[in-house]
Amino acid sequence: MSPVNYLYLASLLFTIGAAGVLIRRNSIVVFMCVELMLNACNLAFVAFSRMHGNLDGQIMAFFTMVVAAAEVVVGLAIIVMLFRSRHSASVDDASLMKL
Amino acid sequence: MSGLSLTHTLAQQAYSTSTGEAVQFWILGSVAVIGALCTILMRRAVHSALCLAGTMIILAVFYLANGAYFLGVVQIVVYTGAIMMLFLFVVMLVGVTAADSLKETLKGQRWLAALCGLGFGVLLIAGIGNASLSTFTGLGEANAGGNVEGLAGLIFTKYVFAFEITGALLITAAVGAMVLTHRERTERMPSQREQAEARVRSGKQLPPLPAPGVYARHNAVDIPGLLPDGTPSELTVNKTLRARGQIRDVSGEALADLAALEQRAEERLERDQDTEDRAAHDRDTEEAAK
Repeated sequence: MSPVNYLYLASLLFTIGAAGVLIRRNSIVVFMCVELMLNACNLAFVAFSRMHGNLDGQIMAFFTMVVAAAEVVVGLAIIVMLFRSRHSASVDDASLMKL
Repeated sequence: MSGLSLTHTLAQQAYSTSTGEAVQFWILGSVAVIGALCTILMRRAVHSALCLAGTMIILAVFYLANGAYFLGVVQIVVYTGAIMMLFLFVVMLVGVTAADSLKETLKGQRWLAALCGLGFGVLLIAGIGNASLSTFTGLGEANAGGNVEGLAGLIFTKYVFAFEITGALLITAAVGAMVLTHRERTERMPSQREQAEARVRSGKQLPPLPAPGVYARHNAVDIPGLLPDGTPSELTVNKTLRARGQIRDVSGEALADLAALEQRAEERLERDQDTEDRAAHDRDTEEAAK
């Protein structure tokens, strides 16, 4: 098996995550799909790191994880805020700025 | 001869991984894809979160298989340990009454989104398929002094500035989350007396809410109490249980019981009527015989 298969798997997971962001209406699930996409990118980074034989890709994946942790903290705080004001976690209900 | 075979094995090593890893990849990879699909297809957010946690654990195994030992452990600790638990906490706070509605706000949006995703995936996979990635170096040399040591050497030399910025980012995120979720109380909290007076003034439900349960048999909280006409009362069960659809309705059973009772009473009354009639008839015949 060639390690390119890891890239195929990563692109598959990324695609599933992207489709989930487009399809789902629950903001928590949308957020989980974003996490899935980030994870797929991490897998691609790690696979590339192995192909090229240096650790730079793993450093990138490490930074992605840190940024994802920060993003989750802020994003979930926003979801809780939205739920408090709208009593719903659906992305359709956050339409205050719609004309 | 042996030199030739050695170069041959080296070349093979450069092109492909071991069979064990291939088996692991195909089994765990399909499980990861199924987990990802379940994440976007499950209706309840809790199930989605659990499926996503499974996918993340499998990705951690893949990191370990790819020689990223530090990242594999960090993936389990940070992602499945911290981030997914945070998600579950928020689902617990938010998601009980927030079941995803199947109603489409934009017509045909779901199919178009699935189509877009499919096209995107085809493009991505075709791009990777066209790239010439036939050889790979492997991490044996880079990991020679230890994976963690190698990463530390890079983080604290080449990427030290990015590392510092990451610290600033984390502090900003923590402060941001606190600012977002903190609510400053702008007015005095109403006292118990004021709350009671407001309740009397609104005049909606002055006494305590009616208790759940029917007769002396069903006193569980998930069974609505029955009104005099046999219909279940909405007031008696918890709002959350109603939103989850976890209410057991026994009004049909109770009505059937009531009907049976009435029928039995009627039968008994008729029988009494019959016996009275017969007694009266006997009396009449006796009198006639006299």
